[in-house]
Amino acid sequence: MNKSSNKFRHLVWPLVSLALLLLFNAIFTDNFFKVEIKKVDSVQESVRDQIPEIPDELTGTAAEASAKAEAEIQAPAEQPAAKQAPVEQAPAKEGKGVSIFGYYLYGTPIDILNQGAKVMVLAIGMTLVIATGGIDISVGAVMAIAGAIAALLISMLDAGNFPGASMGPAVYWIIPVIAALILATVAGVWNGMLVAGFGIQPMVATLVLMVAGRGVAQLITDGQIITFTNPGLVFLCNGHALFLPFSVWIVVAMYVIFGLLTRKTAFGLFIESVGNNERASRYAGIEARRIKWLAYVICGFCAGVAGLLAASNIKCADSNNAGLNLELDAILATVIGGTSMAGGRFFLSGSLVGAILIQTLTTTMYMKNVSPAIVAVPKAMVVIIVCLLQSPVFRAKVLSIFASKAAKGGVQ
Amino acid sequence: MDLLQTKGVEKQFLGVKALKGVDFSVKAGEIHALMGENGAGKSTLIKIITGVYPASAGSVYFNGKECKFRSPLDAEHAGISTVYQEVNLLPDLSVAENICIGREPRTKLGFISKKQRKVQARKALKRLDIDINVGENLSSYSIAIQQLVAIARALDVDCKLLILDEPTSSLDENEVKELFKVMKKLREEGMAIIFITHFLDQVYEVSDRITILRDGQLVGSYDAKDLPRIEMVAKMIGKTPEEINRMQAGIVKNTKFGDVVYEAKGIGRVGTISPVDLHVRAGEQLGLAGLLGSGRSEIAQIIFGVDPHDSGTMTMCGKSVNFNSPQKAVKARVALIAEDRKVTGIIPDLTIRENIILALQASKGIWKTMTLKQQEEMAEKYIKLLRIKTPSGEQLIKHLSGGNQQKVLIARWLATSPKLLILDEPTRGIDVGAKAEIEALTQDLCGEGMAVIFISSELEEVVRDCDRVIVLRDRKKVGEVAGEDISLKNIMKLIAG
Repeated sequence: MNKSSNKFRHLVWPLVSLALLLLFNAIFTDNFFKVEIKKVDSVQESVRDQIPEIPDELTGTAAEASAKAEAEIQAPAEQPAAKQAPVEQAPAKEGKGVSIFGYYLYGTPIDILNQGAKVMVLAIGMTLVIATGGIDISVGAVMAIAGAIAALLISMLDAGNFPGASMGPAVYWIIPVIAALILATVAGVWNGMLVAGFGIQPMVATLVLMVAGRGVAQLITDGQIITFTNPGLVFLCNGHALFLPFSVWIVVAMYVIFGLLTRKTAFGLFIESVGNNERASRYAGIEARRIKWLAYVICGFCAGVAGLLAASNIKCADSNNAGLNLELDAILATVIGGTSMAGGRFFLSGSLVGAILIQTLTTTMYMKNVSPAIVAVPKAMVVIIVCLLQSPVFRAKVLSIFASKAAKGGVQ
Repeated sequence: MDLLQTKGVEKQFLGVKALKGVDFSVKAGEIHALMGENGAGKSTLIKIITGVYPASAGSVYFNGKECKFRSPLDAEHAGISTVYQEVNLLPDLSVAENICIGREPRTKLGFISKKQRKVQARKALKRLDIDINVGENLSSYSIAIQQLVAIARALDVDCKLLILDEPTSSLDENEVKELFKVMKKLREEGMAIIFITHFLDQVYEVSDRITILRDGQLVGSYDAKDLPRIEMVAKMIGKTPEEINRMQAGIVKNTKFGDVVYEAKGIGRVGTISPVDLHVRAGEQLGLAGLLGSGRSEIAQIIFGVDPHDSGTMTMCGKSVNFNSPQKAVKARVALIAEDRKVTGIIPDLTIRENIILALQASKGIWKTMTLKQQEEMAEKYIKLLRIKTPSGEQLIKHLSGGNQQKVLIARWLATSPKLLILDEPTRGIDVGAKAEIEALTQDLCGEGMAVIFISSELEEVVRDCDRVIVLRDRKKVGEVAGEDISLKNIMKLIAG
């Protein structure tokens, strides 16, 4: 039997769907694949070029603002910030500090990777949780918590009233990053405790934090939207390294770490075993509860990373909108990638392709000037098509229709 | 005139030919036993007849017409009902709801008539001479009653052909008798029954005709009275009767025992099992005998740490231990092949290789990972050693037949080289050939110094294989027999009290 073809079989349909979407763009979207090499100095201009029309409703209500959230994060960041709280920012200065290599690639495909980084990171953790037969719907709220604590600490450090401020802004930004990751991991420990420790159904257990998490984030930021300018923190989602956005390298690092952790140790096998038949796994001597717990902890950590990316992207912590509904995108990416919601076999690479597919779709919508308010509809349609393509039952039905038609034709 | 007939039925699964052109026919008013080893193709044939799978080639005729059922429901409408080995009912619904599910009687307004439903359920059960409260949850009745409810449900539709797939594997002797009474009654009413079982006595007790399959091929159909038992077995496993006699005579008990491997003093659990003393020595095979529900499996669960004990102490190789989770037991090199293969044994969507290495890897933990090559070598070794029928170790275990799945589970635990091996009903639902293999294997393991605890409802097996037998009744130890005293009669006496 051909082993390698089996190994990649789960990737076929997501990749086909992605290819079709890219083909659509290649034909109907001008300059979609145009990738240029730019010099760092011109960063700020390039970001401006990229978005042809920046929504001009700086006086919009909060509700409108959240509807436009996706569109905004692709716009230069001082705009949403300016809308909610006046900040003294010096955008031109940032342009210089944000790349390591001097040159970087720039264009829509790169932008998709950059904007999709959050969901890709989330999808890694989500995949492991779903593989254990669970689900974590709190990741969006955990992102908000992580962003909130990072923004709070960096603003305190910038003001000089937090230990470590003397290290200077080039170094001390690491403190809020670590704090955010720790807090997000603690959130994962909490979820894991409820699910694995106390046997609460995953959907219910993580619903607790999904609802309460944004409240916690509000508590941290005292209900304010905290903006920041620290170059280190801003670099995470706006900087470039080795020709690519730094966020892409974060995704690569996460994928490599968790890919190795699951496939080069027995962790992946145990997750699949527990997700497929928990009781039998326990009888085989696997500490099923610990495995499940660990999956939730990892998922929390991933949400923390995604939360930092989200905050860095818009240079502020918005407890209400950070990571809003992203848990759904992460779940979707996982399912598109071939991991079953019932648990068992999982595919990290599939989930990443799923996340890229979702982001490509979103970006395509914006480039086609689809209003953010109705973007969900065409998105849902594409998702249905992808899921149908993956369903063996559907494929068999379609094939049988064609087969019967062919047979009839043959008779005539 | 044959009620059901298959002609040249073939079935191909991913590179494996499960059926190779089988002709099979059943007449109205006969009980027809379908026999064969695990993996011979019995289940596949049944699934093609009932529309679970489409046939790759060949055709099925029912009532004189060629039919292509696309689902079990299709077949049911045509008059073919099936009762599977595992009771496929909903335990949390009432008996009446279970019997009528999918075809509830309606009131004029289109609502479900609960009253009518109970009447209908009672009528269906009466046909089998069962009188129970149909309003109770199904799970409050024994497996035997549940099995009969499943049959009642199958008969409730206009059924001409009833297929019973291993209906007796979880029943005790009296319950089997009841079932056979029902089957004979149905036969008199003119119904055709296909009966699949691994119990050879039962075949002769009720069957009129016997069809034997081997390796996906038809060996032949015979009148039950013309086919001596030993010849049937010979045809099933493809050996001559002489060879089989030699196999059975070949079981030699090991008589050299070493030190005590495991000892329990007064272990028990309130409501599950009264405190029991037991010990087992290296090279010894200790049997636990008793009726279903007498506490046999419960003892196994407590020793393995699945259920915590609330009284007593245990020692392993002289050291005091406390197994309160399977992990601890596995680390101390105890292995349990539990009773319910589907629920507590196999991980269906993993490969044979992964299923085999699972327990060993679990005892090593996450970080000391076996390389793929080590895993493959181990899987290959056990596939050969236990003669697991599969094209490769990369097959999913769920595609194997029951007996081969059981062998994979045995491999899983042998891979951990246990000091104490607990086998809970290892031969249930397994054919004669595999049974003999497993019995011979446990004897070999004893010879190598392993301690074995053997649990079986088949007393002949216990008598044949065990060096010492603890007899249980009503969740209490009621006696112990050893050596020459181990006989069917003595054990029965103790069980009966």
